[in-house]
Amino acid sequence: MSMTIDKLKEIREETLKHMNLRGLPSDRPNAPYKWSVAICMETSCMSSKSPEIKRRLLDLIKRDGKEGEIEVVGTGCFGLCEAGPIVIVRPGDTFYYHLDPNDIDLIYEQHLLGGEPVRDLIYPESITEDGYLSYFDIPFMAHQERIALRSSGHIDPEDIREYIAFGGYEALYKALVEMTPDEVIDVVTASGLRGRGGGGFLAGRKWRATQASPGDEKFIICNADEGDPGAFMDRSILEGDPHSVIEAMAIAGYAIGSDQGYVYVRAEYPIAVERLEKAIGQANDLGLLGENIFGTDFSFDLEIRLGAGAFVCGETTALTASIEGRRGTPRSRPPYSADKGLWGKPTMINNVETFANIPYILLNGAEAFKKIGTANSPGTKVFALSGKIKNVGLVEIPMGTTLRQVVEEIGGGIPNGKAFKAVQTGGPSGGCIGPEHLDTPIDFDSLTEVGSMMGSGGMIIMDEDNCAVDVARFYMDFIADESCGKCTPCREGTKRMLEILIDITEGRGDETSIPRLERLAKTTELASLCALGQTSANPILSTLKTFRDEYEAHIKEKRCPAGVCKALTSYFITDACIGCGLCARNCPVSCISGERKKLHVIDTDQCIKCGLCYDKCPVNAIVKK
Amino acid sequence: MITLTINGQKVTAEEGMSILDAALAHGIEIPALCHDPNLKPESSCRLCLVEVDGRRWPRVACGTPVRDGMVVETNTPEIRATRREILQLLLDNHPNDCLTCQKAGECLLQKYAYEYGVTFRTHNGARRGSEKARFTDTSSPYILRDESKCILCGKCISTCAALNERSVLSFAGRGFETKVAADRDETLEASTCVSCSRCVAVCPVGALIDRRVREKKIRPWDADRQTIQCKACEYGCEYEVLEKGNERVIRPLAPSGGRPLCLKGRLYVEAEVSSDLRIPYKKKETDKGRKFVRTSWVEALELDQILDRIAYTESESGKGRAK
Repeated sequence: MSMTIDKLKEIREETLKHMNLRGLPSDRPNAPYKWSVAICMETSCMSSKSPEIKRRLLDLIKRDGKEGEIEVVGTGCFGLCEAGPIVIVRPGDTFYYHLDPNDIDLIYEQHLLGGEPVRDLIYPESITEDGYLSYFDIPFMAHQERIALRSSGHIDPEDIREYIAFGGYEALYKALVEMTPDEVIDVVTASGLRGRGGGGFLAGRKWRATQASPGDEKFIICNADEGDPGAFMDRSILEGDPHSVIEAMAIAGYAIGSDQGYVYVRAEYPIAVERLEKAIGQANDLGLLGENIFGTDFSFDLEIRLGAGAFVCGETTALTASIEGRRGTPRSRPPYSADKGLWGKPTMINNVETFANIPYILLNGAEAFKKIGTANSPGTKVFALSGKIKNVGLVEIPMGTTLRQVVEEIGGGIPNGKAFKAVQTGGPSGGCIGPEHLDTPIDFDSLTEVGSMMGSGGMIIMDEDNCAVDVARFYMDFIADESCGKCTPCREGTKRMLEILIDITEGRGDETSIPRLERLAKTTELASLCALGQTSANPILSTLKTFRDEYEAHIKEKRCPAGVCKALTSYFITDACIGCGLCARNCPVSCISGERKKLHVIDTDQCIKCGLCYDKCPVNAIVKK
Repeated sequence: MITLTINGQKVTAEEGMSILDAALAHGIEIPALCHDPNLKPESSCRLCLVEVDGRRWPRVACGTPVRDGMVVETNTPEIRATRREILQLLLDNHPNDCLTCQKAGECLLQKYAYEYGVTFRTHNGARRGSEKARFTDTSSPYILRDESKCILCGKCISTCAALNERSVLSFAGRGFETKVAADRDETLEASTCVSCSRCVAVCPVGALIDRRVREKKIRPWDADRQTIQCKACEYGCEYEVLEKGNERVIRPLAPSGGRPLCLKGRLYVEAEVSSDLRIPYKKKETDKGRKFVRTSWVEALELDQILDRIAYTESESGKGRAK
């Protein structure tokens, strides 16, 4: 079918009628539903049985014929993945957490039928003296501002009409009908939007360069080859709001003069791929993709290309090679993608989150966007917060928010009273930021200044129990494994750096270890072909800078201060032992002996250093040395 | 034409030229292992890094086009130190076999290691190949492979792929485990390799060796050398004749100007100039896959029918007419 603005508005109005309870700006009193139940349907919550909760609730509603009163919506991510599976009951945005499928019966009976929220199942931090806080008012959400994730949690990502109801595809209409391609690029440029995939390159400049590059055929690529350990921002956007990316790609296609786009997404994201396929199908059916969109001359097709899981394929030239069916290895630039990209044609590649910002910018204007964030890094950034932090999940914060605000306020601090040690940003290309830099504002330039980088949005918190050398070893292991093997410094250098790090963590380090690491780090940085190799030593360099004493303890004293490196750690039982025998019963190799109510002893020769006794001891009588 | 400065010397170059080619045209050599004038730059060895306009980040000379007013330094202490590190990384994965390696004297790794004073060293780290040199694929009568010597420059792959119907070689594995594989990691015999020896002709180290030269044990520096053209077809691919005493062997030279190199041509040149004609082999499809089988020179050069016809014509019954 062909789409017109009137039809779009009609769909919007029709759909809004039943979305009365869904976080919309205005209240809609004549709404059909009394209750709206949003259930998170993203990878993390789905793996903790959210689909079963949804099924069960639908069964109950059907049994009682309450379909007209209660709606159940599978939505995108709410953010606080640690609390999953998450169910939000509206009105009120009451936040149920860690639900078991059996719990939904009680919520149904008591809350949905009886009007009384089930206190025991509600997220404790949202319980106040006066009642229950909305999900969006809990401390986790305090500093957050959602642009890229604006519709996640509100709409059903599998229903294009709900996206349209939230203003979807209006930006595309505006671009196609009311703006010239130049004007579109001007707005994107004026917004100061920088690439959210890691590089931080000005999006507008990329668009302009590709538009200016001569060629009859041009391509738009969405880079959804998210691969940093612990990062899932792009997956979440694709799962929770795929149309925001589709709409943005079509806008980009109009701006630069391309009629074909590709989403390069990793095959390890089956739910994202499925939703994206569905979304593309729906957009095609409504004429929002395909021929003569909104009756204009502009046509745009979108296809999905699956990546096979190589980390390096997130690098644009390697990604392009992979789409072309070749081995996914980077090539030397120039030529740049804007001149010779996919199949040698001008190609514009943006990351998922970058695209997700575009419809907002077009609808609200560059100025509105620039009001958020900092002067050189406008807007927001989505981070996947994980590691030793209470609130593990997805956060979207305005640029300029400090690391301390993220760790202590949004993240809720370090669990178990442990001390903060470092925050790792930028994935394997980034670095560890120590406590002295906790007040650093999060923006592209500040993070680089303190020896890390923005990266794509992985943010891993470490506490005193993390060993800096072991962390560096972990990242180097990842990089050495993911090196494509094309250029000498990365292929050979990362392997050698890994070997030195393993030597240090296993007690074989010597006085040459650190100088060798530093020399290799410099060589890979200066001489590698692509950013993967050039930044591969950052985890080493940044930990060496902040935690050099820890490296030296491993090398000189053969001691791991954090007690992580097994080869350098032994377990002992102190006089505090009460002789309860719990350690001995849990020891998998039976190397703990002692009479009841008397001091127990670990046979350190037999000990496999699993740490089970350490964890089980009720009086903390076991120490690592 | 544009003007740039290389090592303080003003030079002119054509637009679109790489720094490496521009330098070479003026007699300034920049070390490179993966560069080949007949192949697209891979920029993978990273040895040709040079300083451009005084910036800290060096650029590869092979993949960076010249620009008017550009100031290039090819030999700063920092650049030399980086090259030394790269060479050391390569040597740490390379067997110490220069005494007996057929490539000695012509090996680029040896050349640059000498120039930069980088030596073999013992280490406990991993090695891609064996510590001792040994041929890992002896299945072909024409080509010997020693993967432990491969520096993964990719030239063999590029030159093999330059002819569409060949494309036998490719990279397999990744990272430190990367290797060059024939088809699905088969031996040269079992693969679709046509023994044209393009790969041997471009290999900068001793990873791909001409078997027949090796068997004659002729060192290039010991031999009188002469370049001749193959007359089997109009391409006129180039071969080098190595002559030492009474011994004469030939080897294919790197294909240039679209010349393909082929086995038939090689055998043609061998038949023409080699001091002894060693048994030719042709690849045949058999029940057990592809096999090299002994053949005759007449069959190898596909002369049987022609010779028959000539013999008939010149015979009594032919009377000047062919069959």
